[in-house]
Amino acid sequence: MNMPFYVSPEQLMKDRADFARKGIARGRSVVVLAYDGGIAFATENPSRALHKISEIYDRIGFAAVGKYNEFENLRVAGVRYADLRGYTYDRSDVTARGLANAYAQILGTVFITESKPLEVELVVAEVGRTAEDDQIYRLTYDGTVADEHGHVVMGGQAEQLGRKVGEGWRADMTLGEALRLAVTVLGSSDSGTPRTIEPGQLEVAVLERSRPRRAFRRLTKQTLTELLAQEQGAEPGTGDPGEPGGVAAPQAVPAAPEQAEKEDQTEKDEQAEKGQGAEGTEPAGGTEPAGDAGSAEDTGPQGGSPQD
Amino acid sequence: MDGFGGGPGGRGQGRLPDAFLRPGSSSFVEFLAEHAPDRLPGAVGAGPGGSAGTAGVGSGQGGYHHELAPHATTIVAVAFDGEAGGVVMAGDRRATAGPMIASRSIEKVFPADEYSAVGIAGAAGIGIELVKLYQLELEHYEKIEGSLLSLEGKANRLATMLRGNLPMAMQGLTVVPLFAGYDLERGEGRIFSYDPTGGCYEEREHHAVGSGSLFARGAMKKLWRRDLDAAGAVAVAVEALYDAADDDSATGGPDTVRRIFPVVATVTADGYSRLPGDDVAAVAERIAAERRERGSLA
Repeated sequence: MNMPFYVSPEQLMKDRADFARKGIARGRSVVVLAYDGGIAFATENPSRALHKISEIYDRIGFAAVGKYNEFENLRVAGVRYADLRGYTYDRSDVTARGLANAYAQILGTVFITESKPLEVELVVAEVGRTAEDDQIYRLTYDGTVADEHGHVVMGGQAEQLGRKVGEGWRADMTLGEALRLAVTVLGSSDSGTPRTIEPGQLEVAVLERSRPRRAFRRLTKQTLTELLAQEQGAEPGTGDPGEPGGVAAPQAVPAAPEQAEKEDQTEKDEQAEKGQGAEGTEPAGGTEPAGDAGSAEDTGPQGGSPQD
Repeated sequence: MDGFGGGPGGRGQGRLPDAFLRPGSSSFVEFLAEHAPDRLPGAVGAGPGGSAGTAGVGSGQGGYHHELAPHATTIVAVAFDGEAGGVVMAGDRRATAGPMIASRSIEKVFPADEYSAVGIAGAAGIGIELVKLYQLELEHYEKIEGSLLSLEGKANRLATMLRGNLPMAMQGLTVVPLFAGYDLERGEGRIFSYDPTGGCYEEREHHAVGSGSLFARGAMKKLWRRDLDAAGAVAVAVEALYDAADDDSATGGPDTVRRIFPVVATVTADGYSRLPGDDVAAVAERIAAERRERGSLA
């Protein structure tokens, strides 16, 4: 008769946590930080279609590190959760807190009951009416929720990079300053000499407080180049969607910001709720998940699954 | 950094049902039909494909329902080429319940997404609910897929959703939408009409739906020209609504006392934009003045 080996619960949990941490640490980091006009997300991601940062709802953004198929699944669940809630009640009843709770339940349950924990770490952020109302939640593989203030880094060397962001971050940074800080920190992730990351290699999105409804917006390479090149102090147009020189709209929606602003002035109430402005999302071509992404990326022990 | 394992308690709603995590389509309606069919508009406790149980009953009682439920009336759409092509959609502001005016200021033209507009005629409650779900459907697709549906895709999606309302339509609660949008691939404005059973037909140049549509179509036939620009198309749409209101009791004309004017929206390469109320008022007043001058009885 074979008796199964006894493994103490402590050991079991530790093994699972180590496994998840190892998987997450292989990925590239994501930096999330508040600036004067909202919340910015930045990461190094050469892919145009496989996003690590996405829109969940009007004022809620999502960022993840870890295994693509796992966090993509969670992202879709989040969009469904938010849309169903907003449809059942009202758009204003969809909150980052509720979403973070839902994610925490999923992550926690999988960590305890499934044979393998989810190798992901998430940030759910909501931009409020004022900077004080902004919410940033960080969720780890075991379902722990942390309420972060101002900035958070996750992924490989999160602690070390988080310290660097903490040293440089101020609440009243402009978008350009915040992004320069984020990119500098991302570039210093390898322990050697700091690298300069090209704008084409970056995935950057913002939740812009001043937008009427859908606050999420991806920054194009061109906009990003301009923002990163600016010297401190000279900062035209950030946080002001109407100003053409500054933060331009995604390429596919050339006149969107002016559009949104005009509509905001002319009919504030019902129209604003009814579904204006698709400017939040940039058409990104077909996003066929996981499969073909994996082959291009460096492979982990799971045999060809994408690791960042 | 205050961590709390598993999230705060409070109104614990437990774990999300598996349906949320199941890989599936990018359609919100399909998700709703699977996970919460009771929340679909017009659902009488029926899932997808399930019979509502009441279909076909009382199909001859349309008149009764007209008094029961407010009905939205006339919607017009006008395509234009000009230097930048596009389409104008306009709707009057009246809803009727039988012989009564249920609302003087209802809005029946909505943005479906950034590049399309949808207007509804027929049972107002169901129609507005349908539009709300349709807007969400397009936004949901956009968020999940990261790209916009093609214009035909959007038009067909609306047809499918309308088909789901067939049991209600059989009971007299018909919804007839009109869909118009800017085709980003072709670079032109296009119009799609529907029948209550979900048939989808592409229209050329202009179209109208609702109780006043006969008169509006007649007007547009005379007014539409190939060289219309955006402003010209707006004028045609407003005048067609004026004619519809002239002869159809269920269509509201410009209300100069309460300053209620039609909802007019244009969709071009720059996206959906609703015309400010004052601009519509100016167009409506100009048309009224022209007619006064002509001194016609019509």
